[in-house]
Amino acid sequence: MNKKDKKAGNDAETGSGLPETDANLLDKKFSRRDMLRLTGASGLGLLLGGSGVGGILAARQASGPAVPAIAPVQAAAADTIPFYGIHQAGIITPAQNFLCFASFDLTTTKISDVRKLLEAWTTAAAALTAGTLIGSMNDNPNLPPTDTGEADGLTPSKCTLTFGAGPALFDGRFGLAGKRPVSFTDLPAFTGDSLEPQWCGGDLCVQACADDLQVAFHAIRNLARIARGTAVLRWTQEGFQRSGSADPSGGTPRNLLGFKDGTGNPDVTSDAEMRKIVWSGSTDGPAWMNGGTYLALRRVRFRIEVWDRSSLSDQEATFGRHRQSGAPIGARDEFAKLNLEAADASGRPVIPPDSHSALAHGDGSVQMLRRSYSYSSGMDLKTGQLDAGLVFISFQKDLMKQFVSIQQRLSRNDRLNEYMVHTGSAVFACFPGVREGGYIGEMLLG
Amino acid sequence: MKIGYAVPAGLLAASLLFAGCASNDNSNNGKNSNNSGNNAAAQTGGGATPSPAVTAASTTAADFTTAIDEYRKYVIEQCDEFVKQTEGFTDAVKAGKLEEAKALYAPARMYYERIEPIAEALGDLDPNIDARENDVEAAQWRGFHKIEQALWQNKTTDGMKDVADRLLKDAQLLRAKVETAEIDANLLVTGAVELLNEVSSSKVTGEEERYSHTDLYDFVANVEGAQKIYELLKPELAKKDPALEQTIGERFTALMNELAPFKSGDGYVSYETLQADEVRRLSQNLDALAEPLSNMGTILGV
Repeated sequence: MNKKDKKAGNDAETGSGLPETDANLLDKKFSRRDMLRLTGASGLGLLLGGSGVGGILAARQASGPAVPAIAPVQAAAADTIPFYGIHQAGIITPAQNFLCFASFDLTTTKISDVRKLLEAWTTAAAALTAGTLIGSMNDNPNLPPTDTGEADGLTPSKCTLTFGAGPALFDGRFGLAGKRPVSFTDLPAFTGDSLEPQWCGGDLCVQACADDLQVAFHAIRNLARIARGTAVLRWTQEGFQRSGSADPSGGTPRNLLGFKDGTGNPDVTSDAEMRKIVWSGSTDGPAWMNGGTYLALRRVRFRIEVWDRSSLSDQEATFGRHRQSGAPIGARDEFAKLNLEAADASGRPVIPPDSHSALAHGDGSVQMLRRSYSYSSGMDLKTGQLDAGLVFISFQKDLMKQFVSIQQRLSRNDRLNEYMVHTGSAVFACFPGVREGGYIGEMLLG
Repeated sequence: MKIGYAVPAGLLAASLLFAGCASNDNSNNGKNSNNSGNNAAAQTGGGATPSPAVTAASTTAADFTTAIDEYRKYVIEQCDEFVKQTEGFTDAVKAGKLEEAKALYAPARMYYERIEPIAEALGDLDPNIDARENDVEAAQWRGFHKIEQALWQNKTTDGMKDVADRLLKDAQLLRAKVETAEIDANLLVTGAVELLNEVSSSKVTGEEERYSHTDLYDFVANVEGAQKIYELLKPELAKKDPALEQTIGERFTALMNELAPFKSGDGYVSYETLQADEVRRLSQNLDALAEPLSNMGTILGV
């Protein structure tokens, strides 16, 4: 399968097979944000002229839902990734332009508070991913608005919010120890790790992705606000990749070392492949994870300045690929099979066995779904060097068999290790998807 | 000490406008009760100049007379004590008693910090009493923090006699002015949040008391001032939104518990002894409280 076919997989999630409710259909024609804008500005029961959406009039009734007189044409639908579904969005969803990742520590010790938080987050997430304002108190002059407002008027921008639980959630605090999936623990130490506690772990995570950074930030900001008193931010990291408009062909994005990253990813349009690699199934572990997946995150700082002074041939030997085309060394096509047997005239392997691609590939039997972003966090004030690198994110059904086994190989021998350092690490069990009326994590907490 | 004075000035303006359409507080509140359940009438028939703040206040369904009277009593009590304690402090400064002055400094300030929003609504009193260096032009800098710098950084009371005299006069002026300060429900609601914002922006960061490091005294006093307002509004809040009322109560308790280990004798430990994670936890507990507290405005109606 070539890359173009993979891109066509945009619909993989929208075709989740869930019946479309009337509410969904209504949303497509007329977003809730428009209704709020038209009807929310006054509690006086007056008819208001809408500005900015074609002078539509809408009547707000004393009770019951607002009824739009005319439904404006919405370009938003194509820009919306459904929040509800069998699986959470933001996993096999083609990577959006931006990432805001947040890890939270619970400050409460009551499981009922955790439940309330996830219920509130679910309600907010449905609004955030639909591009509508959160909550109902956005027009009372005596109150802070329930939505912070910076995404008002913006499209959903393919916003996805993906929620997960860290191994720490299953310690003694909430009586959930018995529900921890057997192999779900913090990652073992890898050779060369230089982890900083402020970039590690967390009880809960939210991965916000969107084609607009303000939309993604808005989501995390509001979820953190809702969490106040129950959970606090532990760490956050923003990420980016080349935008869709900068690369209309939708080629494999390049990381900050200049190489294409994600070429060997499995095919997200293949249900069979996703079931084999990504989704936890009914026989894979606890029922509350059926349809979920495990996220591994590593904050990897690149030694940018060192890399920049290495020769092209060294760089290519480090990756085992050509920089320009992304093809394996000796091949022309980016998606050519990685031939680790090929040798040159003197019998030396064409692709160095300790190159990144060769080690990551191994015998090809173990795969995971990578969904990484670059990060830039200004500069290191001590050295004057750039603090930039990779927010490595992968999804897999079994952390130990997939991420850990690959990372152990890489951490011991990868040539790339000379040019990077792992500063942060976290794993999260990403819940299965949620249906309307339910809440994220319901199977675990309910 | 606030960074900007725009909000309190606005509050004051709102209060004055409010006063303009009624002869006194009691008649204000009487009118509000009469209008309860008839928001539209209040909106159109109040006779006030259209202004969001006035509109908000005049559509109020609840009766805040008791809360406002009680709060005024509290403010006057705090002010009386503030003047007394400030006099003790300035006497020590003028007598050149360095250690005694240092000991009296932070406790005296607590009476001020509990009612800071009122002072901020009374013109220049707040900067005159509580400005930090760089908050105002160097030539205009006076008040507590100027003396703080002398006592802790310069380790002397020299040259502080005039500053001490003016500080006491400013404190007495504050006491005189609070007598007639306009206090309405809006000021109470906003003031409680303002007090916590004070903590958030300068006390929890250790910027307020940069020489004496007595920030925790101010921290506690600001929180106590906000708690007083919450207690006064609690009956109305319990009627309007019992869950919110309960949450705020719980979070006050949580924050006070968080502060408890830092008590030392009659006062609090130096900000300098706080660890980074302790500061963060205090700040997060404060945010956890301020968020629901900022929704107390729900009792003002729509």
